[in-house]
Formats: sequence, structure tokens, C-alpha cells
Amino acid sequence: MLDLTFAEMARGLAAGEFKSVELVRGLLARIERLDPEINSFVTVTRDQALERAEAADAQRARGEAGVLAGMPLALKDIFCTEGVRTTAGSKMLGNFVAPYSATVVEKLAATGTVSLGKTNMDEFAMGSSNENSHFGPVKNPWDHSLVPGGSSGGSAAAVAAGLVPAAMGTDTGGSIRQPAAFCGITGLKPTYGRVSRYGIIAYASSLDQAGPMARSAEDCALLLNAIAGHDPRDSTSVSRVVPDYTRDLDAPLDGLKIGLPTEYFGDGLDPGVEAAVRDAVKVYESLGARVVEVSLPHTDLAIPTYYVIAPAEASSNLSRYDGVRFGHRCANPLDLEDLYKRSRAEGFGEEVKRRILIGTHTLSEGFFDAYYRKAQQVRRLIRQDFLDAFDKVDVLMGPAAPTPAFALGAQSDPVSMYLQDIYTIAINLAGIPGISVPAGFVGNRPVGLQILAPHFAEAHLLNVAHAFQKVTDWHQRRPVQD
Amino acid sequence: MAIEHADVLRAAHLARLGLDNADADRYVDDLTRILNMVDRLREVDTEGVAPLAHPLDATQPLRADEVTEPDRRDVYQRCAPAVSEGLYLVPRVVE
Amino acid sequence: MQWETVIGLEVHVQLATRSKIFSGASTAFGAEPNTQACAVDLGLPGVLPVLNENAVAMALRFGLAIDAEIPEVSVFERKNYFYPDLPKGYQTSQMAQPIVGRGTVEILLEDGSRKAIRIHHAHLEEDAGKSLHEDFIGMSGIDLNRAGTPLLEIVSEPDMRSAKEASAYLRAIHTLVTYLGISDGNMAEGSMRCDVNVSVRPKGQAAFGTRAEIKNVNSFRFVERAIAFEVERQIDLLEEGGKVVQETRLFDPEADETRSMRTKEEANDYRYFPCPDLLPLMLDSAYVDHQRSLLPELPSAKRERFIEQLGLSTYDADILASDRDTAEYFEQVMAVCDDPKLAANWVQGDLSARLNRAGLSIGESPVGAEQLGGLLKRIKDETINGKAAKQVFSDLWERRFENADQVIEIKGLKQVTDSGALAQVIDQVIEANPVQVTQYREATEEKRGKMLGFFVGQVMKASRGTANPQQVNALLKQKLDALC
Repeated sequence: MLDLTFAEMARGLAAGEFKSVELVRGLLARIERLDPEINSFVTVTRDQALERAEAADAQRARGEAGVLAGMPLALKDIFCTEGVRTTAGSKMLGNFVAPYSATVVEKLAATGTVSLGKTNMDEFAMGSSNENSHFGPVKNPWDHSLVPGGSSGGSAAAVAAGLVPAAMGTDTGGSIRQPAAFCGITGLKPTYGRVSRYGIIAYASSLDQAGPMARSAEDCALLLNAIAGHDPRDSTSVSRVVPDYTRDLDAPLDGLKIGLPTEYFGDGLDPGVEAAVRDAVKVYESLGARVVEVSLPHTDLAIPTYYVIAPAEASSNLSRYDGVRFGHRCANPLDLEDLYKRSRAEGFGEEVKRRILIGTHTLSEGFFDAYYRKAQQVRRLIRQDFLDAFDKVDVLMGPAAPTPAFALGAQSDPVSMYLQDIYTIAINLAGIPGISVPAGFVGNRPVGLQILAPHFAEAHLLNVAHAFQKVTDWHQRRPVQD
Repeated sequence: MAIEHADVLRAAHLARLGLDNADADRYVDDLTRILNMVDRLREVDTEGVAPLAHPLDATQPLRADEVTEPDRRDVYQRCAPAVSEGLYLVPRVVE
Repeated sequence: MQWETVIGLEVHVQLATRSKIFSGASTAFGAEPNTQACAVDLGLPGVLPVLNENAVAMALRFGLAIDAEIPEVSVFERKNYFYPDLPKGYQTSQMAQPIVGRGTVEILLEDGSRKAIRIHHAHLEEDAGKSLHEDFIGMSGIDLNRAGTPLLEIVSEPDMRSAKEASAYLRAIHTLVTYLGISDGNMAEGSMRCDVNVSVRPKGQAAFGTRAEIKNVNSFRFVERAIAFEVERQIDLLEEGGKVVQETRLFDPEADETRSMRTKEEANDYRYFPCPDLLPLMLDSAYVDHQRSLLPELPSAKRERFIEQLGLSTYDADILASDRDTAEYFEQVMAVCDDPKLAANWVQGDLSARLNRAGLSIGESPVGAEQLGGLLKRIKDETINGKAAKQVFSDLWERRFENADQVIEIKGLKQVTDSGALAQVIDQVIEANPVQVTQYREATEEKRGKMLGFFVGQVMKASRGTANPQQVNALLKQKLDALC
């Protein structure tokens, strides 16, 4: 019962095969047993979870339960959760008990889901390996010497290890899709604006987007139904009708036109990853899809563009951590300057400081036009690549990451770490949705197939991913634990 | 564009990040490599391309002018490092 | 050498919205510290701004009132700097694309002449909180109630040439924003604050001198004093062969001087960039037209109408139109009594004097416009004379009666215009004052005129002030002259 997919578990609850309290107890026991090693949780909210599970069971007994009532899940520790410590993986917020809840958290709570706790992450979502957490690195459940990917590494590892059937993540440059790929699970980054950002601790506001991480596309569809929609508290959220994302999951793929971007199969792509991705594409051909090669000519500019825009926004977003109203404050500040400088120097980790410095430098007088304005212009060109491609094809496919999971401590150079996100970053710059689905292995290391669709075409994206999962079992594979 | 020791110190000051000289040296190194990577943007012809600030071509929604937020000072100040009489305390501000 | 002063003003006007510019917290003045600072105002992790429609509407109406260019798109940017009263470490403001473009404000100088001051632009931004320096064991206390209150910053061109012009400009802005109802204009509570850019240059020179920016000059009087001090300082400096440095200075009203805060070298690098949490603000023409339809009659139009249609003097029109409450009061009085000049005289004369003495604004006047109008109506139709009118006004002021007619009725102040009754009173007065009558008879024509006053006084006294003075004059003269 604990190893079912999120959707299967929900059906089991509805059918009365088991109770929410049983699920939650079982999963909490697993967390207790396995997580000291994996380190996927920063905070486990045991008592609240059991309480909510009981309430959900009672609701179900009265016949008032919705589809997701009593369903266990976890939240990346970037979602503010009222009354629960919310750290963003940072010493800065090590003692921050959020006084309010993110819209996503409220929406999930309204459907009756039960959060088991807050998952580990790269500090302020900056990183691709989860090694930048103040609360220690997370281990990949498939091989504890490997990273789980990042920044939503705790969420990915928790799902892969079977500690929760689903977890919420956020994705600014690949932070849902890359760890999903590394951990062999399914992770969806919706269109920018589809899900409210209110209450999600900001990294780069024009790129951040929350999404579900679970076993299957069907799981993601159920969760997207719960969290999508306009939020009057988020000016950038979109007031567009939210369809039922489960409705078209089984639609046939007849005539589907798949584009393979030439640039996503070039130098630096691991041959094992390439082989797995090309095999996956063949599965689609067998399902009736047509495959053509397309070009996204500005692909190689995505990382440089991102490393101007994201640090610039971050440098400003992170100015609020000044030791005055919340967060870490240095001991015995001499004066105001000292309060600011020491609180921030002590509270932020290396990678966060690096990005604050880069962002501050590129926005400063004399550099703005050469860096920030230029990057915004190139951002338009990158988005146009995708708009042009989607004139020719329905979806794009390629690898989610250039390699499978690498060893903990293997990437010590920041720039080579940044290159991890080469296939995911442009998607955030363009704002389109993308999903990573398990598509095989290189040795014991999972490979993720990334599928991309036009703005707001999540329903179609999930339909395409689900069709693959109906005829393959990669998403059902589990690492052996203990 | 090269970045120098003084640039790093200046950025650190603007960002109010305490940095000693050794830290700054290390960051000169890291930031130089990052900026070298970023410098590829300079070769791109962007003549006549409008900057893109948001991925969607949406416009700002407006909120009705209504008071919707009650006083929650006590809750908000529970996570504050230093308060007195409802005020946040900081080392004396000199003008 | 002859020097010329060049002044430009940045006026920050707090907009009179109920809630803040980016949050639903109240903007009311004077609440307990931090009780009106919500999650968004505090910049808690994860919060996001949503723009207040009314702040946009008010800024737009200001733009329309000064006939400014209204761009179709405006953009919010972040101005980044650290200060304890600035919770997020940046102020959300506008820079490259403000909501209001170029426009003009007309100012009225003391000699009655007018001058057009060009407005460079006006933009929306959020106010900061306040640092309180009372002793918290060597600490400052931060109150963020004010943080997020909408501000309209109105930036003029350097078009003013004297301290008087600068304060006249500030007055014109004050008049305009209170007319528009977009601010209460209360300078004591900080609803209007002003930064002054001052430079001097040799008369005739085209290039501007180096300017100093004087921060937070918060009254009409301080504007004049700060400028006067600063101009003198700069001229002294230049005449001694020194140089003015570009810097920010603070006006100290106690010491009556400005002093240096920071020079340009130490100036902040604000790293403006478009706020990624807010989208471009689009104002379509229907919305702009709707806001235009909400504009009240503006002070300049009102003044013209007072002169052209009501026949008021330029002086009267200027004063009455310069304040919306006064103008509205005047117009109500006039509507009742139907005599613009009489209404103007009373509003600016007796009423204004009495209000000043009591320290009241016209909105707080114990004598309402209806009441004053009713009183003036009785002067105009000669029911009462001027002297009785003052008594009625006093009674209304003391709130002893509901309206003028009631006072007149109860106190019997109705003017006696019945010439038979009046003739009787005059005869009694003549009979009772034989000595004066003799003197009158023996006096020259010239002297008689002056002596007539004595008899008029006696008659008025005998009639308890109800006689019509013109009528008394005429009848008296007739009767006395008949005795000669």
C-alpha cells in the first residue's frame, strides 16, 4: 500500500482499502528508518500529519471527502507553512516559523491532503545537486554516493525512496525536472503564472514556478488540478480557466508531431542518456507519433542569460534578510552597518553570496545595459525559438540533464555545475511547461526524458507523458532501500 | 568584462555582505569565470530586440482599494529577533 | 556679481487611499506601531505586491489636471538600498516609464502675476516606515505602519528663480491635490513632503551651477527659509573662490540652516531594474476618459469663472479659488443670497477673521454656508442693516439660533423702513437736542455734513439699530435743513 503511485493510493482510499492514518503511520515509520541516511526532510510534522489524517478519515466516513482527502505528501521547504519552520535550506531562516501559508499550501490543505513535512533543498533554491543546503546534502536513494539533483533534491529523493507518494517542488532553472530525472520520478514544471507564487520564498521572481513531483504523469495531473489557478495575491498569476488535467490523459496520440531540438543532442551529452532518450522517442513512434528535427538556435545562450537575470533578481529579493524583522541576526551588532553585514555574511552560504555578488555587480551603474538589458533582449530571442518551434511541432523532446546523477562532491567548480541545467534553463526563460519522465537507466542511475509544450498546454503535455507510462514501466522502478 | 578586487568589495558593500580580503580574492576568481561565461551575450546581435522582463505578455491586474488585512502584529513579531513596545529594534539610526 | 537662483522641487504627496499601494493594510494615520504593517508591508519571505486601483486613478487624475502626457504603459522598478525603515531592501518605484509624463503647473506670484512651471514627470511609489529615536537602550525603534502608503512624487523642471516662487509652487501643488481629493495635504502629518534642488549661477549665464539637494523640507515656511539659507551659503562659497559640491543636505529648522548628509561620491548606486513581481501597467483610453470625467472644476477654471461670470475682482477670485473648501463654501453662500460680491466680502471678511481668531478651518465653521447665505439674503433685501447683520452673525456663531431669520424675528432686528415711524423718531431726537440743533443751524454747509453724524447716531440708538441708515440720513437732512 505504501508503494502505490499517488493516484493509485487515492483510489485505494476512496475504495476504503485502507485509511489515511494507516498510510501516514506507515510512511512516518519509513521516514524514521530511512531518512537519517537520505536526509530528504528538514522538518517532519508528525503530530499535525496524524491529526489531519484522522480528520480526513472522519470526513471520508461521513461521505464528504474529496479525491485527495487524506493523501500524504511533502512540501519543499520553500513553501511558507503557517506555524511550521520554513527554512529555504538556509541558516538565515533556521528558526523562521512562518506566520502565514503559501497559496499552494492553502490549496492543498483545502483538498484535504496531509503534509508529512518540509523537504531539504539547495539554499534559496540555488543549486543543482542539493549540496548547498545548510541542513546537509541529500543522498540519491538509487545510490547513496550520488547527489539527488537540485534544488528540489529533498522532494525528489523522498518520492524516490518511497517516503511520500508525491512532493511539491519549485523550478527556476530546472529544479523540479533535473532532480526528478536523477531520482527516477516524474516532475512537472507548469507554465509561468499557472500556479501562484504567493508564499513561496523567492529566488528569481520572473522564473520561479511551483509544480508536483511524483511517480507518474497521472499523479502530476491530480496535483496540478489542486494547485493551479489565478491568485489575487500574485500579480503574475494568470486568470485563465483551469481545465481538469486528468480528463485527456488517455487521449490517443494519433498524428502527434514531436520535435527533437538538434542542440539538445550535441557535445557533452552522455551517450547512455542519449541512447535512453532516443529509445523513448522510438516508443512514441510506435504509438503513432511523427518525429522531426528542429532547431532552437539560441540554446547555448540560455545559461549566460540565466546567470544574469536570476542573480540580479535574487540579489534584490534577498535584501529583505537584514536581521531586523525575521531571520538570523548577528550577536551584539556595533552599529547598523555591522548588523547588516555580519547577519548576512553569517546567514547566507557560499553559493547564495556568489549569486548576490554577481547580481549586484551586473545591476550596478555602468554595467546594467551590457548585462541586464542585454540578457533581457536575448531572453526574447530564446522565447522566440520555442514559439517558432511550436509552429512546426506539438511537443519537443530531449534529455532533462546531460548526464545521470553524479557523485557527491564531484562538481566543485560553480560554472561546470551551472552547465548541468543546459537543457532545462531555457524553458524557464521562455515560461513554457516541461515535464521529466523516467526513461531508463545508465547502470543503476535513472535517466529523465524531458517533454516540452507551448504555454498553458499542460493537459496535452501530461497526456503525452501518460501515454508513455502506459506502455513502459520505468516510472514503476524502485531503488532497493535498507 | 573583467572584475577586480575593488568591484567585488563594492558589490559586497552595496549588498551589505561582510567580506574580508581573503573572501574577496576567492570571489574575484569565481566571479571572473562566471562573467567570462556570461560575456558570450556580448557577441549576440540584439539590435531592435525589445527586452523581455516577463515570459508572458500580460499586464498588471489592479486590486480594489479595500482594507483587507487585520492587525496581526503579535503573530508577525514572534519571528522577530528584537522588539520592544511593538517596535523592531535596530542599532541607533544616525542621520 | 549678480547671482540668479535656480530651483527645482520634488514633492512627495501621500495619496488618500484607504489601503496601501501594494497591500490591503490600512493607511490611517496615528495607529499603534506596526499594527498596520501586514505581511506584504513587512516584506516577509514569499509575499507579493498587488497594485491598488485607486492609487493609479489618483495619479492619473493628477496627470490629467496638469494636462500632462499620459503614457499608455508605465513600469514599476525596484530602487535598491538598505535602510531599517525600508523592509524589503528596495523601494518599489517608477523610473524609466512613470505613470505621468510632462505637464505644467501655473503659479501665482505675490504681485498677482502668473508663471508656468514645467513638470518633468510624476511617478507612483511606496512610502517607507519611520525610525523612532527615543531611548530604547541605545537602539532605534522601527514602525512600519507608513511603509507601503502610496506616494505620488511630482518632479518639476528647474524653473523657479526664487524662494517665493518655490513656495508659491508648493502652494499650487497643495491646492491642486486637495482640489482633486487625492491627498489631505496635511503637511504636519507628512502627507506632503518636499526635496528642494538649489543652485546659483551668474546672471546671464546659460549653464546651471552645481546643485545641492535639500531633503525633507516639510512646510511652506521651511521651503523659503531653507532656500534662503542655501542660496546665501552657495553665493558666499563662490564669491570666496570656492566650489559648490553636488551633495544631499538636510534642513534643520531649529538652527535655521542646511547641513551636509552625503556627497555624490558617497551616493548610493540604487541598481534600478523592472520589478519582476509586477507587470507593465496599461492604461486604456476608456479608463483614462473615465478618470477625466471624474475631475472637479480645477482652481484655474474656477478663478476665471469667478472673474468672468461673477464679476469678482482678481484678488477676490484668487483667494476664494485657492482652496477647495473655501470655494465650495463661497459658492453655497452665493447660491442662497444671490450676490457674489456680498458673499465674497463676508467669506473673506467677517467669517475669515473669526475663523482665524478661533483657529478653525472653514470646514469647521460654526456658521454653515446655508446660514451665512440666509443672513446675507436679509442684508440684500434690506430686512436688516449692516450693524444688525454683525449681531446676527455673532449669534449664529455662538450657535444660539438656527438661522438668521430666527435671530431677526426673536431679537426684533428688522430694519425700520416705514418713513412715518422714522419721522416720528427723528422729530423726538430734534426736540431732545435743542443745543445741537442750534449749532447745526449756525454752522457752514461743510460743517453741517459732519454734524449730521451725531443726529444719525442718536436716531439709530433710539431705533435700537433697526433703522435704515441711508433713509435716516436723507430724512434727517431734509428735516434739519427745513429748520434753517
